[in-house]
Amino acid sequence: MNLLTHLRALEAESLHIIREVVAEFSNPVMLYSIGKDSSVLVRLAQKAFHPGPIPFPLLHIDTTYKFGEMIEFRDRFVKEIGAKLIVHTNRQAIADGASPFKLGTSNCCGLLKTRALLDALAEGGYDAAFGGARRDEEKSRAKERIYSFRDSLGQWDPKNQRPELWNIFNGRIHKGENIRVFPLSNWTELDVWQYIEAENIPIVPLYYAKEREMLVRGNQLLPVEHGLPLAPGERVQPVMSRMRSLGCTYCTGAIRSEADTVVKIIDEMKLVRRSERENRVIDHDQEGSMELKKREGYF
Amino acid sequence: MTGLLRLSTAGSVDDGKSTLIGRLLYDSKGAYEDQLASISKDGEIDLSRLTDGLRAEREQGITIDVAYRYFATPRRKFIIADTPGHVQYTRNMATGASTADLAIILIDARHGVLPQSRRHAFIASLLGIRRLVVAINKMDLVGYSEARFDEIRRDFSAFARQLHVASPYFIPISALNGDNVVSLSGNTPWFQGQHLLEHLETVPSAVVHEEAPMRFPVQMVLRPNLDFRGYAGQVASGVVHVGDTVMALPAGRTSRVKRIATFDGDLEQAAAPSSVTILLEDEIDISRGDMLVPVLQAPHISRRVDAMVVWMNARPLEAERTYLLKHTTQTVRATVNRLKYRVNIETLEHEQAAGLELNEIGAVALETHRPLFFDSYADNRITGSFILIDPATNETIAAGMIKGRGDAPPAELRELVFKSERVTPAERFSRFGHGPAVVDVPTEDTAYALERELFERGCLVGVVTGEPDALLELGAIVICVKAGAESVSVADLERRGIVRVVQDPFTGGGGI
Repeated sequence: MNLLTHLRALEAESLHIIREVVAEFSNPVMLYSIGKDSSVLVRLAQKAFHPGPIPFPLLHIDTTYKFGEMIEFRDRFVKEIGAKLIVHTNRQAIADGASPFKLGTSNCCGLLKTRALLDALAEGGYDAAFGGARRDEEKSRAKERIYSFRDSLGQWDPKNQRPELWNIFNGRIHKGENIRVFPLSNWTELDVWQYIEAENIPIVPLYYAKEREMLVRGNQLLPVEHGLPLAPGERVQPVMSRMRSLGCTYCTGAIRSEADTVVKIIDEMKLVRRSERENRVIDHDQEGSMELKKREGYF
Repeated sequence: MTGLLRLSTAGSVDDGKSTLIGRLLYDSKGAYEDQLASISKDGEIDLSRLTDGLRAEREQGITIDVAYRYFATPRRKFIIADTPGHVQYTRNMATGASTADLAIILIDARHGVLPQSRRHAFIASLLGIRRLVVAINKMDLVGYSEARFDEIRRDFSAFARQLHVASPYFIPISALNGDNVVSLSGNTPWFQGQHLLEHLETVPSAVVHEEAPMRFPVQMVLRPNLDFRGYAGQVASGVVHVGDTVMALPAGRTSRVKRIATFDGDLEQAAAPSSVTILLEDEIDISRGDMLVPVLQAPHISRRVDAMVVWMNARPLEAERTYLLKHTTQTVRATVNRLKYRVNIETLEHEQAAGLELNEIGAVALETHRPLFFDSYADNRITGSFILIDPATNETIAAGMIKGRGDAPPAELRELVFKSERVTPAERFSRFGHGPAVVDVPTEDTAYALERELFERGCLVGVVTGEPDALLELGAIVICVKAGAESVSVADLERRGIVRVVQDPFTGGGGI
C-alpha cells in the first residue's frame, strides 16, 4: 500500500493537532515570527481548513529590532494568503529606550518579547497560542509537550507537565489559563527545509546566501542594522553569508554560506556540524537560558 | 522513500542509556560540534550529557521527564522517546511507549535481568509495542563473554514468553566504546547478527494501520460555503476510497463518500495516517466526536468497556468516581464501576486492591454516559486508547487501553450481550442480505410500511423509539420516526449499499 513518506506523516500529525485546537478552544491565535518555521506553520494552517480560510489571526510580536526584509516579507505574505495579522509591540518599553545595547540581551528580550507576548495574549483573550518551536532546537524544548500548559501568569512548569499519550490531547483549562501548542514538535530543521522545498513555500530572502555587509567579531558575523555600535578598530566588510535562523538583528548572527537556493540549503544542512541556534546570542547569555525564559512565558 | 521509526528507551542512571543515545546521535551526526564542545572536558566528550535537558536534571544528575530526540540516516528517520529510569518510571515509560513502534531495553551485562528490565518489557507490551530490542550493555566489563550474553538472553526470553511480543532481538554492545552500535565489533566475533543501527534501519515499523478496518473519527465539520460540507479528521486506520459506503456512528446512518478533499486537490483514496476532509453524498447530521466506519466492519458500540489503566496521578483511582474520558475526538463522562485487579509489575500477578496509586496498573470496568465506538487496543492503537481527566483539576490522570466490551447488567435489555462475538459483520450481511443501518422516516405509517416491505424480504428489521445501539451491533435495520425526515424506499437503501440488490431473473436489473 502507499506508505506515506515521513514528511507526509509529520504533516498529517500537525494537521490533526491544529484541528484539535480549533475544535476545542474558543479563541486560538497563531504566533507568527516571519521565520521559516512560521512559513511552514501557516501553510499547515491553510491545509487544515481548506477550502475555508484560516480561522484564527496571526500575531507578530514586533520588537522593532527585526530586519527590514522580514517586515516587508511579512506584509506581502500575509496579504497574499488573506490572513488576518495582529502586530504587537511593547510601546512603553520602546519609549523608555529599551534596546539590547542599553539593557543587555537578556533584559531586552524579557521586555520586548516575553512581556510583549504575555500582554498581547492577555489583550486578545486568547486561550490557545500556536508556536513553531521544535523539540530538536534546544535542550529544554526536547522536554516540552505538544500542548504546553501555562498558568494564569503564562508560566511553564517543566516538572509538572501533563502526560501526553498517543494523539490524544488534553485541552481542558480553567479560566485565565492557556496553552501553547507546538504542531512542529516532531519536525527537525532538515524536515522543515525539505518540506519548504517539496511545497514551494515562500521564505524571507535573508535565508539565501548573498554578499552582505557584516561586522566580523571573533567567529560571529553580525548584520549591520539598527545602529550596532562598533568597537575601536572594527569595520564592516562584505561577506558571502546567509541567516540560518531569524530573530532580532543584533541577536542573530549570520553564517558563511554559498547556498542561494533551497536545494543548496538542504545539501548544506546535511553537512553542517553546528547547531541551528548557535548564532542566537540570547540562548547562550547564561546556563539554561532558554529554560528560564520559557518558565517566564517565552515561547 | 524514507520511512519513520518511533522508538522508546528506558533505563536507570547507571545502565548507560544516556550514553547509548548520545552514541547514536553522535555517530549518526545527530549532534552538533558546538553541543559536543559544551559537554567536553579535557578533550573527552561525555556522551551521556548530550541528553541533559532541564536545570534540575543537571543539578540532581537524574532525568525527570520524557525527552524526544531526533536523528536520521540515509535509510530512515528516527524519533526516540527517551524515558527516565527512576522517577515516575511507569508514567513516563507508558507515555514514551504510547507512540513507539519499538522499544530498546538496556541490560547491564554485569547485573543481568533486573526487576526494572521486566517492568520495562511489560509496560512496552502493555502499550502495544510488538518489537523489543534487548541491548546487553557494558560487554567490555564482562570480557565480551559469549556465555554471559547467552545466559542473559535465556533469562530474558523466559520472561518475554509471558508477554504478547515477537521474539526480542538481542545485541551485545558497549555504548561507551561503540561496540555493535553503528558497526559490528571485532570484540564479539561470535555475534553474527546486525549491529543496533542496522537493525533499527531495517526492522519493519510495526504499527501500520492500513490493513485494519477503516476508522475516521470526525474532528470538525468544515462549512466554508453553502456548497461544501466536509468532515475533517485523520484516518486512524485502514483506507477510505471515493464511492465507499460508510456508516456514521453513533447515529448509524449510511452514505457514500463523494469526495476526499485536501489543499493539494481531491484524492481517490486516503490511507492512515492521512489528515483529510471527507464529503458524503447525503446530508447526514454528523458532528465532532462521531466516527465514519465501513458498514460491514463496524467497531464495537457500547457504554461499558473493560480496560487496562496506568494511573498517573497522586490522587488514587477510586471506584464509583466519575471522570472525563477522552477517546478519539469525543470526551464523555465515565464512571469506574469496579477495579477488577491490580497488576504486580514485578511478577505480573493479579492482586486484589481497593484503588490504584500513582504509577500502578490495573484492570477496570468502566461505564460511559454516551456510547463509545471502539476496537480493542490490541487491534487498533487509536480507537482502542483513551485518557482519563480529573474534572476538578483538569489533569490527565490515567491512560487506558481497551480490552473489550464490558459485562452488561442482566436487567437492561438494550445492553444485552449477544454471545456471538465470532459471527462477523460479513457473515451477517451474507445471512440477512443487508448491513446495519438507522433509517429515519417522516411518519409512523411510512415506518411500518417500510418495516413490512423489508421484513417480507427476509430482513432483520424493526421500528424503535429508543437508542438503537445494540440492534445495530446485531446487524439490524432500525427504522425511526423523525418529523421532517425524507421518505425512504427499499430502492434507496439498495442505492446506499445497505441492502443487497436482488437480481431480477427476467430483466437482469435490480428489483425486489
